Amino acid sequence: MTESTPVAAPRRAALAPAAPTHLSADIVARARELIALYPEPRSALIPLCHLAQEQDGWLTPEAMVDIAGLVGVTPGEVLGTASFYDMLHTESVGKYVVAVCTNIACLLGGAAELLEHAEDSLGVGAGGTTGDGTVTLEEAECLADCDRAPCVQVNHRYVGAQTPESFDQLIDELRSGARDADIPAHGTLIRVRRTTGIEADPAAVVEERRAAADARAAREAASDGGGA
Amino acid sequence: MAITDPPKIVTSRMGHDDSHTLERYVATGGYEGLRAALARMPEAVAAEVDAASLLGRGGAGFPAGRKWSMLRKSPVTYLVVNGDESEPATFKDHLLVERDPHQLVEGVVIAAYALQVSRVFIFLRGEFALGLERVQAALNDAYAHGAVGRDIFGSGFSVDVVVHPGAGAYICGEETALIESLEGKRGFPRIKPPYFPAAIGLYGAPTVVNNVETMSNLPWIMTNGGAAFAALGGGRSTGTRLFALAGHVANPGVFELEMVKTTFNDLINAPVLGGGIPHGRGLKAFIPGGVSAPWFGPDQIDLPLGQDEVAEAGSMLGSGSVVVMDDHTCAVRAAWRITKFFSRESCGRCTPCREGSGWLERIMDRIERGEGREEDLDLLMDACDNISPGVAWPPQQTTICVLGPSIPSSISSAITMFRDEFLVHIKEGGCPYE
Amino acid sequence: MSDQATPVTGSEGDAPVEEVEFTLDGRTVRAHKGEMLIAAAERAGTFIPRFCYHPRMEPVGVCRMCLVEVSGPRGATLMPSCFIEAAPGMEVVTDSDKVKKAQDGVLEFLLINHPLDCPVCDKGGECPLQDQTLAYGPGETRFVEEKRHFEKPIPISELVLLDRERCIQCSRCTRFADEVAGEAQIDFIGRGEQLQVATFPELPFTSYFSGNTVQICPVGALTATPYRFAARPWDLDQVESTCTTCSVGCRVAVQSSTNRLTRLLGIDIDPVNHGWLCDKGRFAADAVNSEYRLTEPMVRKDGTLVAVSWHEALEAAATGLRKAAGADPTSVAVVGGARLTNEGAYAWARVAKGVLGTDSVDAQLGDGLPAETVLGLPRATIDQAAAASTVILLTGDVREELPVLFLRLRSAAVDGGLSIVELSPQATSLTAHAAAALRYGPGGAADLVDALVSGGSAPATVDADALETARRLVGEGPVVVVVGRPSLAEDGELVADAAHRLAAALPDARFLPALRRGNVLGALDMGLAPGVLPGRVSLDAGRDWYTAAWGSVPAARGRSTAGILAAAAGDQAGGGPVDALVLLGADPLTDFPDRRLATKALEACSFVVAVATAPGAVLDHADVVLPAAEAHERPGTTTNLEGRIFRLGQKLVPPGQSWPDWMIASELAVHLGTDLGYDSVGAVWDEIEQLAPSHRGITQAVLDSHGAADGVVAPLSAGRVTLARRPAPLDPIAVPGVESVERQGASLQAGLAASPNARPESDDTAAPSGPTRPTVLSGPADLDVPHVSPPDSYSVRLVASRVLYDDGTAVTTVPSLAGLVAPGALRVNPHDLDDLGVAPGGTVLLRSATTTALVPVELDASLPRKTVAADFNVPLGDGTVADLIDFAFPVVDLRMETP
Ligand SMILES: Cc1cc2nc3c(=O)[nH]c(=O)nc-3n(C[C@H](O)[C@H](O)[C@H](O)COP(=O)(O)O)c2cc1C
Ligand code: SF4
Ligand code: FES
Repeated sequence: MTESTPVAAPRRAALAPAAPTHLSADIVARARELIALYPEPRSALIPLCHLAQEQDGWLTPEAMVDIAGLVGVTPGEVLGTASFYDMLHTESVGKYVVAVCTNIACLLGGAAELLEHAEDSLGVGAGGTTGDGTVTLEEAECLADCDRAPCVQVNHRYVGAQTPESFDQLIDELRSGARDADIPAHGTLIRVRRTTGIEADPAAVVEERRAAADARAAREAASDGGGA
Repeated sequence: MAITDPPKIVTSRMGHDDSHTLERYVATGGYEGLRAALARMPEAVAAEVDAASLLGRGGAGFPAGRKWSMLRKSPVTYLVVNGDESEPATFKDHLLVERDPHQLVEGVVIAAYALQVSRVFIFLRGEFALGLERVQAALNDAYAHGAVGRDIFGSGFSVDVVVHPGAGAYICGEETALIESLEGKRGFPRIKPPYFPAAIGLYGAPTVVNNVETMSNLPWIMTNGGAAFAALGGGRSTGTRLFALAGHVANPGVFELEMVKTTFNDLINAPVLGGGIPHGRGLKAFIPGGVSAPWFGPDQIDLPLGQDEVAEAGSMLGSGSVVVMDDHTCAVRAAWRITKFFSRESCGRCTPCREGSGWLERIMDRIERGEGREEDLDLLMDACDNISPGVAWPPQQTTICVLGPSIPSSISSAITMFRDEFLVHIKEGGCPYE
Repeated sequence: MSDQATPVTGSEGDAPVEEVEFTLDGRTVRAHKGEMLIAAAERAGTFIPRFCYHPRMEPVGVCRMCLVEVSGPRGATLMPSCFIEAAPGMEVVTDSDKVKKAQDGVLEFLLINHPLDCPVCDKGGECPLQDQTLAYGPGETRFVEEKRHFEKPIPISELVLLDRERCIQCSRCTRFADEVAGEAQIDFIGRGEQLQVATFPELPFTSYFSGNTVQICPVGALTATPYRFAARPWDLDQVESTCTTCSVGCRVAVQSSTNRLTRLLGIDIDPVNHGWLCDKGRFAADAVNSEYRLTEPMVRKDGTLVAVSWHEALEAAATGLRKAAGADPTSVAVVGGARLTNEGAYAWARVAKGVLGTDSVDAQLGDGLPAETVLGLPRATIDQAAAASTVILLTGDVREELPVLFLRLRSAAVDGGLSIVELSPQATSLTAHAAAALRYGPGGAADLVDALVSGGSAPATVDADALETARRLVGEGPVVVVVGRPSLAEDGELVADAAHRLAAALPDARFLPALRRGNVLGALDMGLAPGVLPGRVSLDAGRDWYTAAWGSVPAARGRSTAGILAAAAGDQAGGGPVDALVLLGADPLTDFPDRRLATKALEACSFVVAVATAPGAVLDHADVVLPAAEAHERPGTTTNLEGRIFRLGQKLVPPGQSWPDWMIASELAVHLGTDLGYDSVGAVWDEIEQLAPSHRGITQAVLDSHGAADGVVAPLSAGRVTLARRPAPLDPIAVPGVESVERQGASLQAGLAASPNARPESDDTAAPSGPTRPTVLSGPADLDVPHVSPPDSYSVRLVASRVLYDDGTAVTTVPSLAGLVAPGALRVNPHDLDDLGVAPGGTVLLRSATTTALVPVELDASLPRKTVAADFNVPLGDGTVADLIDFAFPVVDLRMETP
């Protein structure tokens, strides 16, 4: 990425962030809902990256520029932050990201052999994407499903312990669309949207809470007094 | 020792297929603990938790009640729930968020009430796609049920609970890195002192960070009382605890066991629990509390599952995950894989951890491939010493957080316990187990 | 004025610092409360090695090089001394075996992936990694694996190269960009071992402050394109001086090798630049090395300039000037002088006003403020502005004009308690940090000020909430007004009028003039402006005093540059013509806002003397060219916008036959028949100290004293903070390049030694007898405020603002900067553009009384309706905005049409 950075002349810095141009209106609306959940907009940066991946399958530079404007940081900070995290892909990935855990418990359960099989049968090394753009294979760290070793996730959905044979079948099912119902294309993480919230000024809630606590204390003092 | 039959405190609904729904939850006594809590003063709720002597279940094992009492007084405070569960071979929070999300929500609201916090963030590991959906759905239902949100159950207490997805970085389980990540930044741990969350946490405000399992214990404690909880277990390790058992056992899984009363031997070998090592093999070693912990050998199998007991023996109960290695396991390879994990997961901020983890991994890899030199063993130990002076447990550190000093654990365990195996790799140019 | 000769006594007015006692390696030492161990230990003489710590940035404690043993409840533990505050009773050990082992370990870890290409690395010889490895590191490497590899240096901007293999992830650069400059254009990407510095694809590191990252990088990971492979520290010589690219006056180390300037490094002085420089200042210094420098005096013969001797050139200049002055002294005018030292400016003021007899002298080129306003309003220091509770900005974009002042104000607003109230026609770089931004259309500043401070009704352009906030803030506490020129297309008197109204309504307010040119404030102090004489006195008040000293002074107030050019061009009724013009390092063709007027004036003027350092279009009009020494080639003093006087260090010998300005002036005077009697630059200063009331007491000895290392604010009586002592030069790795060159034997201080005949105290007996010393200007002066009628509904009103990189000579003569000038566009309020039916990126036709222009447009929602803006001196369509500005009018109204 940075290798080919064309160096343009510095210009008077943009003084206000531009409106989103790449993310769809629906995604932007959901992004604004997410931003509203946090005291500071930047907290929504990672959820917004997930959202952008829902649209594009991966985190495109255009999406990062939009996110930067939405949460008030530079695009460089979005890239800097996103590239820290394994789930945020700053380069394109296949429709299915197939993650094979090879960490200790899975290793003891034959994960290295499974990964080797996966590489052979898909014809790509870990980190690579098949020529048809369907499957990206990843060597994962522990996925917290160690009693079903070797553990595999497709687009962050657990598919249970895999043998070489079941793995090939899984890939066939993915390619044929047989798993479309339970495994959405890569990028879609949470399909359940938040329906309600507090919808009040946090300061008012703090105030209300204090009043309720005072009232309760008064009540309790009164009843203590009555009991004594 | 024996396997006791304590009440199921956090796994009571696991037998139901619909354990994650509000209907099932309410039908099985759900949200009663919260109602009980709301009927009392916040301080009384906190005192109840203190009386339970509930130790944090995230790894450090700090008493929840004590942590709460350290929260700096401030009009704005936060509760952050740590559901990042990424310590290798740990998978108990995974179970709790997918299978009993309302229990977590109820626990969270109880804690929020006791702490009188402004807002709660449940930070869940991003790879828990289903867990994230289940917790969000549970929250939506709980809001509708009046158990979260404005004026909860008519008590006047309000709290908003937000689910926050992580994005894949082990270090975000470390509480200050988690807070940074929640602020939309890289998961770079903060320096303690001064950044103890209870003093300077999320957005600089006092913050309590507790593990998912810690929270999930609260409804039971509220319904049954702290004393009933404290009556279980032994010593400082009260109550039951989830143990995630993996590796070379017949029956891996998550088990809720009474602390201290049960031993590693029970967990690994009892037919109703681990069911022993398959294929008639023997036990080579086991890791008692996540891969950050030093390893134990067969001679330590009778240790009780208690925090202090394990600590005294030179390791830690940590995140409650136990990895069993049979006698056909290559110790070099196991330690190399764990080192590779730390190298991939080091945040990269501190020099010793960033550079040291990669260097150690490369040396271990070289030895495993049969290209090691005898002096590499001293070199490994000395490089470990430069990350964690003394290479002992509990560790000292030259780094900001304890990921750094976790790196030496497996290397020094493997070298100390299985030095011969290293020498065979070096002298015979390869792995004897291949 | 008995308090003028205040002795140098160290800091005054600072609150006493609370101290704590702790134990350091067994001895008891004192630290300031809140001070980090690393700094406290250093003051106590114990240097703790470090990489990530930088005294001007928040500590991060990541490199782990500074670990020390601190005893606490759990016994002694290793802690980062850069992150732990010294606390009472703390026991700290910096030299135990455990500490040494940790330092050894950290260095070994840092080196395993480091390429060790020191022989070809720019940082070789001044590299903290190299140095600290020698001092604290392991003997030999135990690393046999493959090192981490990255593609070799990649350009991350036109000025900065990044070599990721050398990076030690200390985050100094990324923190600088985020924390200090406020634009995180470079950041880490990746995690763990793969952590690397990067820019966003397609978005280079365009910060105006990027050079600072090169300066503070502790290894050779960031290097500056212009100075790559230019020299080695052991070849370098250096002197401490002040950057004169703008009037902030950042303190610098000037380093050279074989009479070529190699680079400028920022030096940390508390009152001004905190170690930082802007890229323009840092890299524009390269102009001295230009192969195009003028090196010989020239005289026009048969239409062409030919090289002649100094004698011949001065004689020709004197003859031409004498001829004009003899007929009528007011027909001679002097324009420019902001590039000069104080001594040069004073000598020229004396030649113009005392010898030639003209008061038509102006160091500002229609882009400034009336001298009486600047000199008369109570002056604020930068520190006072940063510490104020409210700063009112009545100026252009501070980042574009005075970049390091922007850093100071930004950090005061972000980290401190400063509230900013911005009065400006358009958004600026400080708008994001402003508590209230009040917009006005050109010509409306005074009305806006009335609305703000005198309950006047608010102009329609103003946001009511913002006005409310601003009124509250202005009422609350010490206010500093930063006053400059929000627009070059609006008469400066209009802004001065607004400033005077602020001064009248806020009697405690102080003013920081935001005039941009290098030593413009020194030039004004020295009398290079109509109506004033050296030492901040008016022509009338100083007449007797200077007549006694100089022999004569002009009878009447002269003209400003605008008036001079109009007179030369024959445009203006009233007053006589201007026939002879002296240009002191100024080029009206590029610098004066009304280009048509400047061109006409130079074409019409019959005799032009240009004192210049480099060729330019203006030389086509010159009859005599006198080559002058540049910055870093001349000793003397300069004065920044606070009135802070700094000694300049001379590092280079001026090329060819070029001379320092004071010498040119003084030799010209001889040819004009007057011997000013100067034998050295020090002698000029002595005369200034003796005569100029505002500079009384600031003797050479005072300027040379250690307590004045950070300069002296004039007048002394007004500068309670002036004599603060610079803290002992700390942290050698804060600015790696300075200490290493010092170690090579080139002390920074060398160039600052007192001149041999400096007199220790100012000595009243040497003062001229007779007239009494005049008093300095104080309070608002009379203005000649032009009337501005409301715009007609068919017109738009023009704002011409500045950008840092423009086609001025400071940029165009420097190869590394010249490419950074970007073409501009006309900024228009979205509604106005909508009304025209033109899309952003399209073009509009602008029509003035005299010309038309087709220009590209872009949106700027911050502009009030019917106000349009463009940047001065950058390409705009086929011309520049200077083609549209007409100084015959106080504001510029244009017709904007679809082409
Ligand atoms: C490297 C590292 C990783 C950690 N990962 C987790 C984790 O995944 N989940 C967790 O609850 N705690 C984790 N912790 C512990 C937390 O920092 C913190 O102690 C815990 O969340 C507190 O909750 P508790 O008191 O309820 O246990 C980790 C700590 C470290 C140093
Ligand atoms: S020890 Fe490792 S993971 Fe922890 S802060 Fe330092 S570099 Fe990051
Ligand atoms: S950790 Fe203190 S200087 Fe880097």
